[in-house]
Amino acid sequence: MGLTDYCFKKSLWLFHFAGASCNNCDIELLDCLTPRYDVERFGMVLVGSVRHADVLVVSGSINQKCRSRLLTIYEQAPKPLLVIAVGACGCTGGIFAEGNTFAGPVDSIIPVDLYIPGCPPKPEAFLAGIVKLLNK
Amino acid sequence: MPEKTIIPVGPYHPLQEEPELFKLYCDGEIVTDIEWETGYNHRGIEKINESKTFEQVFFVVERICGICSTSHPFAYANAMEEIAHVTVPDRAKYIRSIVGELERIHSHLLWVGLAGHFIGYNTVFMWAWKYREPVLDLFEIITGNRNSYAMFKIGGVRRDIEEKDFSTILTILDGLKPKAEMLMNAVIDDPVIHMRTKGKGILTRQDIIDFCAVGPTARASGVDIDIRRDDPYAAYPLVNWKVIVAAEGDIFAKAVVRFLEIFESISIIEQCIEKMRKEKPGDIEVKVKNIPEGDGSGRAEAPRGEVFHYVKSDGSNAPVRHKIRAPSYVNVATFKKSCVGQTITDATLALAAVDPCYCCTERMASVYDARTRNKILDGTGLIRMSQEQTRLIQGRKSKVEGQRSKVEGRRSKVEGRRSKE
Repeated sequence: MGLTDYCFKKSLWLFHFAGASCNNCDIELLDCLTPRYDVERFGMVLVGSVRHADVLVVSGSINQKCRSRLLTIYEQAPKPLLVIAVGACGCTGGIFAEGNTFAGPVDSIIPVDLYIPGCPPKPEAFLAGIVKLLNK
Repeated sequence: MPEKTIIPVGPYHPLQEEPELFKLYCDGEIVTDIEWETGYNHRGIEKINESKTFEQVFFVVERICGICSTSHPFAYANAMEEIAHVTVPDRAKYIRSIVGELERIHSHLLWVGLAGHFIGYNTVFMWAWKYREPVLDLFEIITGNRNSYAMFKIGGVRRDIEEKDFSTILTILDGLKPKAEMLMNAVIDDPVIHMRTKGKGILTRQDIIDFCAVGPTARASGVDIDIRRDDPYAAYPLVNWKVIVAAEGDIFAKAVVRFLEIFESISIIEQCIEKMRKEKPGDIEVKVKNIPEGDGSGRAEAPRGEVFHYVKSDGSNAPVRHKIRAPSYVNVATFKKSCVGQTITDATLALAAVDPCYCCTERMASVYDARTRNKILDGTGLIRMSQEQTRLIQGRKSKVEGQRSKVEGRRSKVEGRRSKE
């Protein structure tokens, strides 16, 4: 077992960074915590600071004002860190990629381990994505 | 705490045009001033729309805000229909109103849950979000997606609601009613919630008029405005409903207004379905071939207030100018009144009371010392403070009750002895 596998063996803690998003992915992610989906039974919780997190979840397109903040947050995070790009905007920039403030999709700024496409992805898609990532 | 501190709350705030950084200036624990800064979530939507055709714009405006993803297309459709002089068939009007009201229910439940989380009642958060799920199921049945519904087009709607789905919709709504009522009574009767929200963050009628606030924020302060009634659109003039108004203007009144609106919305949907049975199935749109030159404005009542869209057309297939005003943009200005003079814990709640999708703001909130710029508290710290305040009140209450029961216990003991003698 490598160091990376060892780090992600137990409960994953998530930090959620909402870029210039429309909030849909954010509420679907919060939905995962509530009684119907309840990801806390797998030990996944949203934490308030990226310094406590194993996973950085980035939703929404990234504009010029939040690009530097995303980089700062990525640098603050303890490594190894899994990065998940959520939604069409997180994966490619989506409908906002033509905007004059667009600063590149998430993977042009920080390395991404998992893409969860959809507008917005359903809570089931979040769970399926994380399971796939852990079994990789 | 040092005597002067600045608390930046923000900058990440997901609602399209108002991702702000709030700076709370504090003297001790009292907020003395507030400042805000926008632009963190700027995606250039108005500019993107100028490069899209009129039909494509629907999909962009839907993604202005995920929670209001009916209101913006609604207002845009109203604007386009004003330019093209189209009258929408009645069946399409009913479908539009049904989707619009379902959105109001899910948005208000979402707010109740988040407000519960901020005062430290995570049970309320879990309950409200649990009861919100059936509403999202309804969206999936009607539109095919849980959020971002893609129902609107110029001259009508894209999908019909089939006859066989009516009973499912009514059953789910019937199931929702007692649950929402239980949740409402649990929140409204709770003495700790009273102490946290009553008389806090008050906005008077004059404040609302001065700041041009809209939606439940205005209605909770006795200002009787509702675009659904004042500038009738879709099926709202065809059904019976009333505008909920409260006079107090505090955070509690805002919660009550939102709860009562949930029941009003359920009643509107039921009436729409009843009336839809008489309409011909499939009669859901008027074909609009081209958009003439001209301009139009459309308004719609979003869960948070009035959405305004202005579109200018030069006779081609794309808008020349598209102007959008979302409700929170005016509502956040009221913080200047509602937060000043409050303690930090109450100000946090007053910020949430306007419903500016506070869920994403709190993570980035931190308290800095104004002189040394050292970080004192962060977002989780602020929420922890707010939750501790509730626990403190609860503790005091249970202490008083405990003493009371002790006294009663002693009394009954004495009486017991007396009766023995």
